[in-house]
Amino acid sequence: MSINAQFDIQLPEFHLAIELALAEGEVLAVLGPNGSGKSTLLRALCGLQPVDNGKILLNNIVVDDAELATFVLPEQRHIGVMFQNSTLFENLSVLENVAFGLRARGTKRVVARANATEWLERFSLEQFAQRRPASLSGGQAQRVALARALATNPDVLLLDEPTSALDVRAKAEIRRDLLRLRQQRPVTTLIVTHDPLDAFALADRVIVLEEGRIVQSGPLDEVASHPRSRHIADMVGLSLVRGEVRDGALTTASGARLVVPADSPSGPSVASIRPAAVSLHRAEPEGSARNAWKMTISDLDRHPERVRARLNGPIPLLAELTPTGAEALALNVGDDIWASVKASEVTVTPDLGS
Amino acid sequence: MTRLRIGRNRSAGLQRPPAAILAIAAIAIAFFALPFIGLLWRVPWGDAWSLLTTPSSLTALRLSIETSLWATALSIVFGVPLAWVLARYGFPGRRIVRALCLLSLVLPPVVGGVALFAAYGRRGLLGDSLFDWFGMRLPFSTAGVVLAQTFIAMPFLVLTVEAALRGLDRRTEDAARTLGASRWYAFRRVTLPAIRPALIAGAVMAWARALGEFGATITFAGNFPGRTQTMPLSVYLALESNPGQALVLSVVMIAISFGVLLSLRDQWLGGSSTSGGSR
Repeated sequence: MSINAQFDIQLPEFHLAIELALAEGEVLAVLGPNGSGKSTLLRALCGLQPVDNGKILLNNIVVDDAELATFVLPEQRHIGVMFQNSTLFENLSVLENVAFGLRARGTKRVVARANATEWLERFSLEQFAQRRPASLSGGQAQRVALARALATNPDVLLLDEPTSALDVRAKAEIRRDLLRLRQQRPVTTLIVTHDPLDAFALADRVIVLEEGRIVQSGPLDEVASHPRSRHIADMVGLSLVRGEVRDGALTTASGARLVVPADSPSGPSVASIRPAAVSLHRAEPEGSARNAWKMTISDLDRHPERVRARLNGPIPLLAELTPTGAEALALNVGDDIWASVKASEVTVTPDLGS
Repeated sequence: MTRLRIGRNRSAGLQRPPAAILAIAAIAIAFFALPFIGLLWRVPWGDAWSLLTTPSSLTALRLSIETSLWATALSIVFGVPLAWVLARYGFPGRRIVRALCLLSLVLPPVVGGVALFAAYGRRGLLGDSLFDWFGMRLPFSTAGVVLAQTFIAMPFLVLTVEAALRGLDRRTEDAARTLGASRWYAFRRVTLPAIRPALIAGAVMAWARALGEFGATITFAGNFPGRTQTMPLSVYLALESNPGQALVLSVVMIAISFGVLLSLRDQWLGGSSTSGGSR
C-alpha cells in the first residue's frame, strides 16, 4: 500500500509539518532526536492523532482530511504498529496477544490461534506461547509485538523505535526478523528511530526530522555523507564500512583491512566509525592505533566550532577535528594525510542485507 | 565500649525506629485495638448464638446483605463509566463535577439522607414524577435503602477505578485499536482486565461501606424492621432494649469488615502489587 501524507499537527508548544510519500513496498526510516515529532507522525498515520491541516492518503484513499472532515478510525486502517517498549497485553498469554488482532476482527478463536501459532513459529517464539509477557526479555517481547502487528497481515507496518532499549544481540535479532520479512513479503514500512544503524540495516530511504520539520531526505548513504546540519551530522554522520569480519578484522570488498574489537562476531558486517574517533597525522602514526591509512583530503567543511574532513583512500572516512587541531595540521583539500582509528572505537553490527 | 553485632541481626539497628516513635505508635495501636477488645470482653458469649439467631437479627442481617450487594452492583454499573469519564475526558468544569460526585465521601451521611429526601422524597424534586410515572416511592422502602447506600458507597469505587485508569499506559489501548479492536472491544479485553485489581478493591470497599451505612439510610429510608432496618440500624436500636444483641451484631459486622480488609491487603493492596493498580 502506498502512503501519501501532507499535513500539519499543532500540539501545545509543538508544531509538526510533514510531507512524505512512500511507494508500495518501500521502507522509509524517520530519523530524529527525541521530541522531533517522530512519534506524532506515526500516530497520525495510524489514526491515533487526527491532523489539523492537510491530509493523509493510503493507497490513494483519503483516511484523514481536515477540510473534508474525513477520518478513518485506527481499527479500520489496517496498519500494523509496533510501539516503542512493550505494549503487550499483560493479562493475555503470548499466543493470545498474537491472536488478538484476528479475534478483534471477528475471526474464530481456533483459527486465530492457529494463525498466531504460525507467526510465533516464524519468529522461533513458539516455546513462549503460553507464557505471560511479563516473563519475557525485552528482545523477546519486542519480537512478540512484531509478530502481533503482522498477524493481521497489515498493508502498512509502522515501527516506533523497534530496537531502542535493547542490547546489541536483541537489536540484531529484530533487524534480522525485519529483514527476513522484507524478503518474504515486502510491506510498506515506516521505521521511526534515532539509531542510524536501524535505518542502515532496513531502509531504502531516510527522512530526518528536527523540531517537527523534515530537514533532509534521501538515501541514507547520501544523508550520512552529506549531512545538512550539525544535528544530522551528529546523528547519522557516521563512516560505514561493509565487509567480512574474521579473526578480529574486517576486510572490505576492495581488500582494505580494518581492525575491530576482538569480540566482534565473524561474518558479513557493517562497521561504523564516528568522525570524532578518527585522528589525523602528517606522518605515519606509531603506537596503539592499529588502524592507519594514507588518505587524500577530498573535502573540508569548516565551522567555527569544528572542522570536518572527507578522506579518500582504502577506507573512505569522515574525520572531525577542533579548529585548533585543523590549524596545527594546516589541512588543505588535496593534501595527503594519515588517518588512524582505534579498534575499540569501531562499532560492528552484522550486515544482514548481504 | 563498642559492641560488635554479628550475624543476621547485624543491621537490625539501622531499620529499627527510634524508641519515642515506637512508643507513640504503640499508643495509637492500643487506641484502635482497645474498643474491639472491650467489645469482645463485654459480649455475652453464652447467649451469643441465640441472640444472633433471633428473627429480628436474622432479618436485619439478610436485609443488610441484600441491600449492600445491590448497592455494590449499582456502584459498579454506574461508577466505572463515571470513573472513565472523569479519568479520560477533559471537559470544562470537570473538577467541579468530580468534586460533586465524591462529595458524599466527606459529607455527614445524615446530610446525604436529607439531600436524598429533597430529590426523591414525596415533595422532592423528582418524587412526584417518580410516583406518577412509575408508581415508585423511594423513601421508607427497601429500594430507598439501596439508593442511600449507593449514594454513600459509590465514590469509593469511583476514586479507586479512576486512579487505576489514570495510571494505565494508554499506548496499550492504542495498540489494541491499531490491531483492529473497536473502542468497546479494547475496553473489554484490554482496559478492564488491566484495572481489574482496582475494580475489585473498589467494589469491596464500596460494599463494606454500604454494609455499614447508617446515617443516610435512617434519614431517607427510616427504620422499619424487615423493610429498611439494616444491621447498623438494629445495632443502634438494640443498644437501648437489648445490649447483648447489639454487642453480638457488632461483633458480626466487625468480623465481616476485618475479613474484607485482610483480604484486600493480601490480594489487591499488598506490597508486591502486580500492576499499576490503585495508587
